Amino acid sequence: MKKIEAIIKPFKLDDVKEALNDLGIQGMTISEVKGYGRQKGHKEIYRGAEYVVDFIPKIKIEVIVAASMVDQVIDKIRNSANSGKIGDGKIFVIPIEQVVRVRTGEKGVDAL
Amino acid sequence: MKLNEKLTALALMLSLSPVSSAFAEEATLNSGDTAWMIVSTALVMMMTPAGLALFYGGMSRYKNLLNTFAMTFMSYCLASVIWVVIGYTLAFGPDIGGLIGGLDYTFLNNITVKSLSGTIPTYVYVLFQMTFAGITVALVLGSIVDRMKFSSWLLFTTLWIVFIYCPIAHWVWGGGWMAKMGALDFAGGNVVHINAGVAGLVLSLVLGKRIGYGKETMFPSSIALTGLGAALLWFGWFGFNAGSQLAADGLAGSAFLVTNTSAAMGAISWMFTEWYFTRKPTVLGIASGIVAGLVSITPAAGFVDLSAALVIGLVAGVLGFICVSKLKHKMGYDDSLDAFGVHGMCGLWGALATGIFANPAVNPNGVGLLYGNPKQLLIQIISIAATAAFTAVGTLIVISITRLATHGLRVEKDDEISGLDYSQHGERAFEIPSS
Repeated sequence: MKKIEAIIKPFKLDDVKEALNDLGIQGMTISEVKGYGRQKGHKEIYRGAEYVVDFIPKIKIEVIVAASMVDQVIDKIRNSANSGKIGDGKIFVIPIEQVVRVRTGEKGVDAL
Repeated sequence: MKLNEKLTALALMLSLSPVSSAFAEEATLNSGDTAWMIVSTALVMMMTPAGLALFYGGMSRYKNLLNTFAMTFMSYCLASVIWVVIGYTLAFGPDIGGLIGGLDYTFLNNITVKSLSGTIPTYVYVLFQMTFAGITVALVLGSIVDRMKFSSWLLFTTLWIVFIYCPIAHWVWGGGWMAKMGALDFAGGNVVHINAGVAGLVLSLVLGKRIGYGKETMFPSSIALTGLGAALLWFGWFGFNAGSQLAADGLAGSAFLVTNTSAAMGAISWMFTEWYFTRKPTVLGIASGIVAGLVSITPAAGFVDLSAALVIGLVAGVLGFICVSKLKHKMGYDDSLDAFGVHGMCGLWGALATGIFANPAVNPNGVGLLYGNPKQLLIQIISIAATAAFTAVGTLIVISITRLATHGLRVEKDDEISGLDYSQHGERAFEIPSS
């Protein structure tokens, strides 16, 4: 099993969610994060005090999938989150040791 | 009205107008004036815990939002009590040497339900003046948010009202030397804005800059709150300026007209000035321009006409913008919310403008430079200088006493970093759930 972590632009969340639903992935966790890469920050000026805001709001999506699905999921996310502009984000793949369903105690792929 | 009704009304009026205190010889109570002044007082009251608290609170950093509210609220509450105990008499008691009032009205002694000040009950006059004391001291805190101990602020407020506000109020409005000299200050250019602005600057210089000032980002917690505060201040300012006529008459109407005009011009001119310099017109700028326009027209409200109000507001917006965005950063002082930049400097402009534009056709008591009386401008300059000097020195003394009595004015470094809402009050301004 693998965890796929995707940092995407917030306005793309609905598109990515639907794309993942199409693949049969019914669950995910999202968090509101901030970050930057090549997309530079912006300036805010309050009564002459100039502040450069480096960190830009993004959404992090985390899904756990069977190893066999990883490539499909990456493609789906890439296509739906892509706006063609700098700052579209990145996708990371992380190995997962164990998954457990809280309600029933099921383990492994059955718990996904 | 029929004759019967007229006679009855006259009889009622005569029976309701007994002996007054030190003010009128044959005063009669005017219910129109009284009704207006009670409303005016309520309008000015609202400016402190609602208008100013929101205006300043929204500009404070989130972690200090409630502390700003607390200081503002307490400014008004302390003023409310101090004023009726000792403040009113020091400001408006029988004049002693042109400098201060006598203690005849301590605890409002010698004033009764029936006492009159002009055509309104003295109690109403006392309350009206009290609201000015409250907001003046509250304005000072604008210079020092984010770093002063709450206990120190409480003591500072108490001492400052008694020893700084009351004397100046007496000089200008209580029959003191500035009034005798002929200084024109309709609603508080000197007494309120220059006074508070200079005091704020002094206090901010003594307290020192906030940790990280000039390096760290210090975002205002909510421009939306600040905008709301500015709107409430504008609304309340009608009581502040038009109410300073102490009557419901044509001059009050004139003050009403020029107040709104100057506020609107201030907003427009600040907005366009900012748009030119930074490429973006901000709501913070518009709100600030409103206040700049209102501050500037305050001393002039009952003396100038419409054309002067347009100029006064226009200049206020530009001047205010330059003071807060250029001057402050050049000089390097941390007047956090620009009590000096907006209230001090625009109050100064307003006081000078009064000396220039005072039109005897509006108010026969005021003749300015443009109407053939250059001496008025000189009188204004003297009153401005005297106010600034007295406030600067007096505030320093009050600060020293406060510092001794409360073992230091400034919060501990850790407390400043974690925020005053937590360290001074153990509270959070908003509980925002994560969903």
